[in-house]
Amino acid sequence: MLLEMAAQGFGPRVAVQNGEDRLTYQELFDAAGVAADEIRASGAKHVALLDVSSLAVPVALFASAWAGVPFAPLNYRLSGDELDALLARVEPAFLVTDGERAGTLAGKASVVRSREDFLAGARSGAQTEPSWGMDPDEISILLFTSGTTGAPKAAVLRHQHLVSYILGSVEFGAAEAEDAALVSVPPYHIAGMASVLSSLYSGRRIVQLPAFSAEEWLRLARSEAVTNAFVVPTMLSRVVDALEESASADLPALRALSYGGGKMPLPVIERAMKLFPDTSFTNAYGLTETSSTVTLLGPDDHREAAASDDEKVRQRLVSVGRALPTVEIEIRDDEGRALPAGERGEIHVRGEQVSGEYLGRGSMLTDDGWFPTRDGGWLDDAGYLFLEGRVDDVIVKGGENMSPGEIEDVLLEHADVRDAAVVGVPDEEWGEAVAAAVVLRKGATADEDALKEWVKRHLRSSRVPSHIAFRDELPYNETGKLLRRVVRAEFAEGS
Amino acid sequence: MTQFKPGSRIRSAVCDTEVMVIAAPDSDAQLTCGGAPMHALDADPPAGAALDADAAEGTQLGKRYVNEAGDIELLCTKPGKGTLAAGGTALTVKGAKPLPASD
Repeated sequence: MLLEMAAQGFGPRVAVQNGEDRLTYQELFDAAGVAADEIRASGAKHVALLDVSSLAVPVALFASAWAGVPFAPLNYRLSGDELDALLARVEPAFLVTDGERAGTLAGKASVVRSREDFLAGARSGAQTEPSWGMDPDEISILLFTSGTTGAPKAAVLRHQHLVSYILGSVEFGAAEAEDAALVSVPPYHIAGMASVLSSLYSGRRIVQLPAFSAEEWLRLARSEAVTNAFVVPTMLSRVVDALEESASADLPALRALSYGGGKMPLPVIERAMKLFPDTSFTNAYGLTETSSTVTLLGPDDHREAAASDDEKVRQRLVSVGRALPTVEIEIRDDEGRALPAGERGEIHVRGEQVSGEYLGRGSMLTDDGWFPTRDGGWLDDAGYLFLEGRVDDVIVKGGENMSPGEIEDVLLEHADVRDAAVVGVPDEEWGEAVAAAVVLRKGATADEDALKEWVKRHLRSSRVPSHIAFRDELPYNETGKLLRRVVRAEFAEGS
Repeated sequence: MTQFKPGSRIRSAVCDTEVMVIAAPDSDAQLTCGGAPMHALDADPPAGAALDADAAEGTQLGKRYVNEAGDIELLCTKPGKGTLAAGGTALTVKGAKPLPASD
């Protein structure tokens, strides 16, 4: 339905481009219609996509909706048993994948198509139905969560959730004709899906970057006169590093840069704001289970916080902003009681875009409709939300709860520290002890004692890490999430 | 009187207008477009209905139409010539509150 409107509203505009290849809104609409016929005829119950970003992504996404079956984008890095297990969960499936795997995966799904064959078929046929019905209760997208803590769960997003999100956050056709969004997040991530829907509903051209590198991101942003982009913190950090020598980023077209999907270190956002003085920054916080964004720290919030002399206001630069008008946020304690401003607890979210459902496990919503995110955090007096890491990552040392993020923030403010991860490790005396894995800048000289002293000076002595290990890199997944279980495992192995 | 639940798509009997129901209370007044009752997208239009010249201000694609109480909201998914109304009172375009793009 969203695409049907976009095709009527701005049919001849380019909807999506990948390298030299592009589809207009009308072409995308027509191709989705043809592909939907093929999917319907195949009898498949899911459309699965195992691929990087390509024109096949929006075609397959909308064709699934049109055919009335869920769209399941899979992590293209998966292989072997993990991949087989996921494919088995979506059978009978219509699988779209890269040319190489279309051969090796034959037989693992009812229908296997290479990206090229799928697109060629969709573009050459004639669509038979001019319009499509949409049952708001049907599943639109199945997203397997990144599983940083265990086996992937399939988050269920129904049409009603995604449509609520889009209608609540995007004005139809609000984009100017020349607007272009650079999409570098992978399709199996909620931000990748949300960017397709938001961009198309607003009438923006999507420029796909299938394999992120800072150099390629900058090249495309310049050559395509990109006006909007979304990045995860790791990507922004790399872009800023790549521009280290420059005084300015030299991206005159870039009006808006939004980021989310992980904690943004204060030094990175401060450097980015200096490098892109004319760009509006927006921080978005959301989860797969909440159909993407639920809170926003908008451009005005960024400017106000950066320019303020009031410590409380300046601190908002590391917050994730305030709830969307269509969303409610509440902080609750372990017993489910709502907590006042300033107190730490678990973040709960409520709103029509919030699904909170996993396939085979049902809804995780409370009786009164709140989704417990397992993210820890607190709200300030004005409703700005501050994240404190996953509730499950909280370190309990001798009965005292401490958030790894708080200690990481202090370590990152040390001039010699490039990156830091703090985890709890088993300790006979305290139950848990604080351990920090630290990446130093090139040529830095800080040692274990210096960093302990630094933390002691800025926080209570109980926060001082008992163990500090120096690493070349920290383990992140490809969407910028720190893999704490890997950090913990490394400490357990004593490496 | 026909009831339409949120999420359902309905069309005008007398022009090209199609809308998706975003909000509509159970006790809602009859939804009309161009002076004639609206009907489900997949139902046949009633015969003989004609556009009322007094209800022909037209609908715009992508705009949201609301009543004064704010409990009825329709999203125009296809524009047409008629005026959307509930219980005989014309609906008005809901003002947009722009949010910064987040993804």
